[in-house]
Amino acid sequence: MDYSAIFSYMYTEIALAGIIVAALLYDLIAGKKGRRAFHGIMCTVLLLFTAGTAFPFHKETASIFGGMYVYDPMYVIVKSVLAAGTLIVFLTSDSWLRKEDTEFKRGEFYVLTLSTLLGMDFMVSAGHFLMFFIGLELASVPMACLVAFDKYKHNSAEAGAKYILSALFASGLMLYGISFLYGTTGTLYFDDMSAGINGSALQILALVFFFTGLGFKISLVPFHLWTADTYEGAPTSVTSYLSVVSKAAAAFSLMVILIKVFAPMTEYWQMLLYIVIVLSITVANLFAIRQKNLKRFLAFSSISQAGYIMLAVISGTPYGMTSLVFYVLVYMVANLAAFGVISAVEQNSGGKVGMDDYNGLYRTNPKLAVIMMLALFSLAGIPPFAGFFSKFFIFAAAFDQGFHVLVFIALINTVISLYYYLLVVKAMFITPNENPVAPFRSDRSTRIGLVLCLAGILALGIASSVFDGISLYSFGL
Amino acid sequence: MNILSIFPAIPVLMMLGLWLSKNTRQIHAVMVTGASLLLALAVFLVFRYLGLRAEGETAEMLMTAGFVWYEPLDIRYAVGVDGISVAMILLSAIIVFTGTFASWKMTSDVKEFFIWFCLLSVGVFGFFISVDMFTMFMFYEIALIPMYLLIGVWGTGRKEYSAMKLTLMLMGGSALILIGILGIYFGAGATTMDITEIASLHNIPVSMQRIWFPIVFIGFGVLGALFPFHTWSPDGHASAPTAVSMLHAGVLMKLGGYGCFRIAMYLLPEAAQELSWIFIVLTTVSVVYGAFSACVQTDLKYINAYSSVSHCGLVLFAILMMNTTAATGAVLQMLSHGLMTALFFALIGMIYGRTHTRDIRELSGLMKIMPFLSVCYVIAGLANLGLPGLSGFVAEMTIFNGAFMENDTFHRTVTVIACTSIVITAVYILRLVGKILYGTCTNPAHLKLTDATWDERLAVTVLIVAIAGLGLAPMWMSDMINESVYPIISHILN
Repeated sequence: MDYSAIFSYMYTEIALAGIIVAALLYDLIAGKKGRRAFHGIMCTVLLLFTAGTAFPFHKETASIFGGMYVYDPMYVIVKSVLAAGTLIVFLTSDSWLRKEDTEFKRGEFYVLTLSTLLGMDFMVSAGHFLMFFIGLELASVPMACLVAFDKYKHNSAEAGAKYILSALFASGLMLYGISFLYGTTGTLYFDDMSAGINGSALQILALVFFFTGLGFKISLVPFHLWTADTYEGAPTSVTSYLSVVSKAAAAFSLMVILIKVFAPMTEYWQMLLYIVIVLSITVANLFAIRQKNLKRFLAFSSISQAGYIMLAVISGTPYGMTSLVFYVLVYMVANLAAFGVISAVEQNSGGKVGMDDYNGLYRTNPKLAVIMMLALFSLAGIPPFAGFFSKFFIFAAAFDQGFHVLVFIALINTVISLYYYLLVVKAMFITPNENPVAPFRSDRSTRIGLVLCLAGILALGIASSVFDGISLYSFGL
Repeated sequence: MNILSIFPAIPVLMMLGLWLSKNTRQIHAVMVTGASLLLALAVFLVFRYLGLRAEGETAEMLMTAGFVWYEPLDIRYAVGVDGISVAMILLSAIIVFTGTFASWKMTSDVKEFFIWFCLLSVGVFGFFISVDMFTMFMFYEIALIPMYLLIGVWGTGRKEYSAMKLTLMLMGGSALILIGILGIYFGAGATTMDITEIASLHNIPVSMQRIWFPIVFIGFGVLGALFPFHTWSPDGHASAPTAVSMLHAGVLMKLGGYGCFRIAMYLLPEAAQELSWIFIVLTTVSVVYGAFSACVQTDLKYINAYSSVSHCGLVLFAILMMNTTAATGAVLQMLSHGLMTALFFALIGMIYGRTHTRDIRELSGLMKIMPFLSVCYVIAGLANLGLPGLSGFVAEMTIFNGAFMENDTFHRTVTVIACTSIVITAVYILRLVGKILYGTCTNPAHLKLTDATWDERLAVTVLIVAIAGLGLAPMWMSDMINESVYPIISHILN
């Protein structure tokens, strides 16, 4: 076994594992002063990590451990997107972590979050279903701890229980599906399996079960029922992490596996996705209209966004993959900006997350209101913000493959989604309020995080180089 | 930098300047500088364009420039103008200039108001200079979204309802446009987004055109107040602040007509010929229905909004006639309607600012109290009903002349029906003028009101000069438009 190959291709995971161990040790040995610097250190380390692994060192695909782990330049890009998302979550979580009942668990937050990130990295890079499953579980189990992080809050504990129960159920189903696949093809390696895929009844069942498992992670309708409660109950920083990073990893690996393993069954999964997309976008949009709690509101918005992401998956083309990664990146900055604002307001106003609490926010906290508005505009796909471009590319990807009616349905839904995004804008800018959220100055770390998101919202679309960079490495059916 | 790219760039810089401004004085300084610069540049552009044509440039689009933006979808940032776009750019610059002065007395959140106003004009200018479908659509949407806040925050009456209705209806229209653009792009072989190139490829199968033509036409038609998708317009215009009504009715609604002509009909010519009858019927309804509705309204802004539905319907009606004369008339009507409706809204805003009512039952005898505004109102009304010597006459005359050239029964019939709108327009305009301007003033509070101030006089005068200029010397403008309409019409017909 050539160990140099392992280091040369698995550098992302190895570095991340090193960071996790170091953070764990630092948490144990650091004194009072050291703990105060913990946040700064972690953000800096993660920034270096993101920057260091952002660009693929090798331009070719390689597999190590006999095909268990696959290196692909595209995977590196996806992992760096995930890492960047985590960095922003870290940046915007400082004021929450400073609270009395979380301050002493600060280290755990970093370690658990990075563990899930490591799990996602393995999930993305898997070349074998066992590897994939281990990655998925590593991404889910610590997540449940994170959801229940505010353990003295009734909501948070409840959300954690809900999350872990549904996650386990979904994993169980997925394992069942994988066992069918193994039974019919005799292998668990992605590359070997597609030769044995022929669309038999058992394999269709396997596809459905497998899809259900990932559908839960991506929270697509009809596997979305845990989403709103969990998002509402979890600490806002965790919700933001759950709504973007976790979703992005699952969506990307879904696309990769559908392309690599289920290529002979394209018609089946396209039909499956078709139904799920229509349901996700429409149902989530209709539910989002009625929400009064901003976290629940964004939960439904994120379900419908997941439906849009699936538009790229259904195309199955290299161009679709590029649009997927780009969409995820753009969605990430916008959603994290929205959650960053919610988190800042929540921490500085004694837990206000209702839509009515945001009435007149522009009068008292104009900067936060503007960032929130731009984030929502980007989510709704309004130019010149990045969301417009990413939506256009996704639509083009699905349209190219002949899904005209599907794109039309999705477009009609963008108008509905604009309606509820505008409701928040209306609350902040138009509706007067007797006692609005008092003016406050958010902490430096949150400000940096929000500025990063803002830069992403404004620049990612107009500067085409990001999209071009991603498209260099994408692959399809 | 290409001269055309400066048009959207100036409002961007203005936004930056506004953001840095500290008081109303600085804000006004930024706005006046920027708006004057735009106006000067637009006038220069007209002369430059005419100069190039006189030198014998025969290309369809002049002053073209661009660069590849998104390689995988062949998206380019590409600009270029023909006579139609030049006319529209001039119109937009005039409206932005006068709109600035019409909102001189704005007091609340002046800075934010003008920032959104500038963003709106970025979209408008960008739309008219684009020759790439993607950038055109992008600028189109940039122009739409500021409307929500401009009406929602600074509007009057049922502003939240109107703002939401307007935004959602227009965004619904733009969703149709988006899918139409994708249809055209992939239908034409997915090699280019450039409008002129797609037109010259001319390879979209007719069966696909039949699907995309109605979709794109309705998509743009929503903004062009096509019946029955016009319902956002009266509410939106009535609730919007003065300058926004001016820009919206004056320029933004023209985006609809321009898009219908430039994208729906130009790129999908066979379907346009086959299916035009449906839209001719709808636009005829717009024209007549809009005029009748204006007759029974009692709110000044609603009257003008319905009148806009009628006149913008005429624009779409004319382009669907598919001959050069009518299409030239359509563009002239866009110009003429843009100018006179902006004048109307400016005057209504000024009257409302003084009397605090727009209900015609509460207004009377204003001629004695504010003679300048009243006289201007009469001029605007006369332009609206098509008095010779003012712009409305030139436009409508050309349109009906062109429409009558189509010598089959269907076209003749709808033309005759549409012509009745001229008479109905005269009814509501003259009734209005008689009611609010003449007679004796019954409300003693109105007697103390003052006439127009310098900023208002400036805004109104510029618009009247433009209306009279277009009415008295239409040839240079109509020749320029005619030249550019010709290749498009001949492309559609062949």
